[in-house]
Amino acid sequence: MLIVVNSNKLYLNLFHSLFKFFLQMVKYHPFNEADMLTFIGLGLFDEQDISLKGLEAVQSADLVYLEFYTSYLMGTTIEKMEELYGKPIIRLMREDVEQNPDWLENAKTQNIVFLTGGDTMASTTHVDLRIRAKDMGIDTRMIHGASITSAVFGLSGLQNYRFGKSVSIPFPYVSSRGNRVVTETPYDTIKFNQENGLHTLVFLDINSEHGYMTVQQGLALLLEVEEKRQEGVMKNRIAVGIARAGSADVCVKANYANNADAFELGGPLQILIIPGNLHFIEAEALVKLAGAPARLLQEFSNES
Amino acid sequence: MGKRKQMVERVTALMGNPEMIRNIGIVAHIDHGKTTLSDNLLSGAGMISSELAGKQMFMDSDEEEQARGITIDASNVSMVHSYDGKEYLINLIDTPGHVDFGGDVTRAMRAVDGAVVVVDAVEGTMPQTETVLRQALREYVRPVLFINKVDRLINELQVDPQEMQVRLGKLIDHVNKLIKNMNPERYKQGWRVDAANGSVAFGSALYNWAISVPMMQKTQISFNDVYDFCTNGDMKTLAQKCPLHETLNDMVISHLPNPVNAQQERVKAIWHGERDSAISKSMNSADPKGDLAFMVTDISMDPHAGEVATGRLFSGTLTRGLEVYTSGSAKKSRIQQVSIFMGPERIEVENIPAGNIAAVTGLKEAIVGSTITTLDGMTPFESIRHVSEPVITVSVEAKHTKDLPKLVEVLRQVAKEDPTLQITLNEETGEHLMAGMGELHLEVIAHRIERDKGVEIITNPPIVVYRETIKKKVENVEGKSPNRHNRFYIDVEPLDDAIVALIREGEISMRMEELERREKLMAAGMDKDEAKSIAAIYGNNIYLDMTKGIQYLNETMELVLDGFEEVMKAGPLAREPVSHVKIILRDAKLHEDAIHRGPAQVIPASRQAIQAAMLMAEDSLLEPYQKVFIQVPQNNMGGATKEIQGRRGSIIDMQSEGDLTIIESRAPVSELFGFAGDIRSATEGRAMWSTEFGGFETVPSNLASEVVSKIRERKGLKKELPKASDFLEM
Ligand SMILES: Nc1nc2c(ncn2[C@@H]2O[C@H](COP(=O)(O)OP(=O)(O)O)[C@@H](O)[C@H]2O)c(=O)[nH]1
Ligand SMILES: [Mg+2]
Repeated sequence: MLIVVNSNKLYLNLFHSLFKFFLQMVKYHPFNEADMLTFIGLGLFDEQDISLKGLEAVQSADLVYLEFYTSYLMGTTIEKMEELYGKPIIRLMREDVEQNPDWLENAKTQNIVFLTGGDTMASTTHVDLRIRAKDMGIDTRMIHGASITSAVFGLSGLQNYRFGKSVSIPFPYVSSRGNRVVTETPYDTIKFNQENGLHTLVFLDINSEHGYMTVQQGLALLLEVEEKRQEGVMKNRIAVGIARAGSADVCVKANYANNADAFELGGPLQILIIPGNLHFIEAEALVKLAGAPARLLQEFSNES
Repeated sequence: MGKRKQMVERVTALMGNPEMIRNIGIVAHIDHGKTTLSDNLLSGAGMISSELAGKQMFMDSDEEEQARGITIDASNVSMVHSYDGKEYLINLIDTPGHVDFGGDVTRAMRAVDGAVVVVDAVEGTMPQTETVLRQALREYVRPVLFINKVDRLINELQVDPQEMQVRLGKLIDHVNKLIKNMNPERYKQGWRVDAANGSVAFGSALYNWAISVPMMQKTQISFNDVYDFCTNGDMKTLAQKCPLHETLNDMVISHLPNPVNAQQERVKAIWHGERDSAISKSMNSADPKGDLAFMVTDISMDPHAGEVATGRLFSGTLTRGLEVYTSGSAKKSRIQQVSIFMGPERIEVENIPAGNIAAVTGLKEAIVGSTITTLDGMTPFESIRHVSEPVITVSVEAKHTKDLPKLVEVLRQVAKEDPTLQITLNEETGEHLMAGMGELHLEVIAHRIERDKGVEIITNPPIVVYRETIKKKVENVEGKSPNRHNRFYIDVEPLDDAIVALIREGEISMRMEELERREKLMAAGMDKDEAKSIAAIYGNNIYLDMTKGIQYLNETMELVLDGFEEVMKAGPLAREPVSHVKIILRDAKLHEDAIHRGPAQVIPASRQAIQAAMLMAEDSLLEPYQKVFIQVPQNNMGGATKEIQGRRGSIIDMQSEGDLTIIESRAPVSELFGFAGDIRSATEGRAMWSTEFGGFETVPSNLASEVVSKIRERKGLKKELPKASDFLEM
């Protein structure tokens, strides 16, 4: 009796798998498969930056989720995106992504897409979603988008292989005891990279309470740590500020880090680079493409 | 008016001369005659007419106080007294005697260097006499003794001269015994009261006379003369020969220290900064040229000038326009008016030098307990200690919805004025909660909101404030951040009573030097490794960081501790304040990028670990008790004891004195609502009673889960008791 029951189940499972396999075989395009979670990167600036492949996936999805708290497309609105996709967008808050991603359940029975600014796995924590999905038996796949982390190479003229670890600067935190905490981790990371001659890409905080951190604010925080630690990490140091990458109004400026006035870059989003040693081609690019002081050329003319 | 102006001139002339200043408070059990005495001193100094003394209740500037006949706010007054041919400035603070207002006494003690302890000759020392005396000693405030209502001893109890001497002698011995028991250290330093050297006076505040041994020598009036004047009904003549203000002020001037002599020791007791620093030296010598160090002990509202901060100036000189820092705030403010108090009147002066009690406006950031200074980064004064903790709450709503914004502002204001009052907003229900020291305390505040601040309110029946605590130790509980990249591993265990006592008495704090704190903790039985790992103290709870060398933990600790504070404010069981809990951080895993270990990540991880761990450690509810002291004629005693026993109370002690029975008992606060009315009818209105905070005890197990459910329901939480797993996995 027992065996019969078990074999019934076995047959059922077998049947289900065969059915699925068959379905896959007959599907013309593997991206149209049902019961799946697709992560899509929206690119840098507005609704137009999504890839064609991505757009197709959104348009054929049952449910469209969007997360805009780790990065944000400055050049568009959710309404414009909905218009382009011809679909309503469900916006997820941090809590829905990190704490209670109940919506993942839907991917068991429907085809859902999860949209983010930039590239899809740019935010470290999103890998966690993939892992959770995997644990729930949900298939996932990714459609990539242009990311700020690669855009900066071209915008600054600094070379990809000369970057070290990246780091973020959060807004200072004031505790309920009135203590203001300024993290020193970015300073440490920049120092570590410098010791190896490497550049540091510095992400600036986006925060519902404080808004978008500017390059000027980020530099001021680094200089505050310098003031305290006095380890010369920011002394006579060139910095590169980039604003609104991906837009027609992109702005790149290089100058000495303590020269705050030189980093008036206008609106968000902004990102900062603290270069390590400069290759002379890099120095030339900073002077000619980002308005760095010309003496940089002499300073780094002998560097290899 | 001319006279008033003249007085102000004399006062300002003396302010710059610290040797000629005495800053004093008057402390007593309720009804022992503090207000009557203060009025007397004022009339003696020519500030109110002598006929009015004892009737005008000059110090009770609050209408409420006059109506109820009790003193609520500590008021301040400056006056001039001549002694030995020299003029002295006496800055006097009147303090409340009702224990519901214990916080005010503490605050007032912070401003003064000496205290006149008033004791009713007939009643003797009472529980609240002990409370205030203990408070004075702790703050390094030196006492002298005034035995009041001696006329009653003679005219009502009709004791003879011998018996009167015996009684007074016994009372003095008793006060000394109290000092010795409460604070052996001060007692050894010679802090005792002694009739022979003139640190004791006795008399009648109501009939304006007082006598002391030095005064007897000065006036040639003997003990027997005093007795005769009283029995002959001629206390008027006695008051002319031995005016109360002269005897009292002489005693104050010759036995209580001036600011220069007092400040060295007082600063040591209330300030834990670097001893060799310039500011320390300047405070020790009350240097008017040093940096400003002003401790705010009171905040009140002036309809014209706005918030007035009153306090003690330990160093520097207060002047209009001075830019100052306020402890706990990054903003600078500018002093506007600088003034002294003359009873309810505030009089502006040019400047006030160190050693005085002063009132200033313009300190927008200040709250009671703030340190105001011109020195950037000055170590603040130790926070003001409260003997009692809030035990009941009422919720407050605006009667008219349009008043809601105003109510929010007014509540902020009253909380600023009275640090024993806690205001919280229940975000789920939108109601405001006021927590205070007793039913009367909250009634008075509610009345003040309506009358002074003009906001009509509805208050709901008061609710008891419980505490949560744990019963056992639980190890290695994990808390995860929402993004799962940060993890904290903690142990929780009950905190020893001995350590809680240190916290409560203000013996240890995070402001003191680590070594000093460690030694005190070890002396109280704490293990050395633990004693040096204290990361935070909140309420009667501590957080220990026992991890070693974890990268980034340093800059993450503030967030971890915010999570700790959140739970200590509202425990997992019923969101009631937590007490007697020790939390040990054993290990932590942190994301290397600071963005991924920000407040939104770390605070919940820290909080949930503690919540879960406490529930595993049998988090349970404690309820507050009050001691109830009842004096009742023998015939009505049965009614009184029944009243206590019917309220889950117990009788601790019963003594008879003549035909009176004195009952000492205790009962849970939750059962004491409406006690005033009930005991009146149970004893035909013949019982006199008073209450005092009586500590916390576990709610009996047969009542516990019902009490918890009720609280949770009231707070809009789900009614079922929470489980550890609710806080663990997300
Ligand atoms: N017989 C007598 N009554 C006094 C004396 N001093 C104060 N009283 C009365 O005791 C009551 C309480 O006095 P009050 O000054 O308000 O006490 P407080 O609560 O300590 O401020 C009042 O009714 C006073 O008139 C005194 O020396 N003799
Ligand atoms: Mg009074």
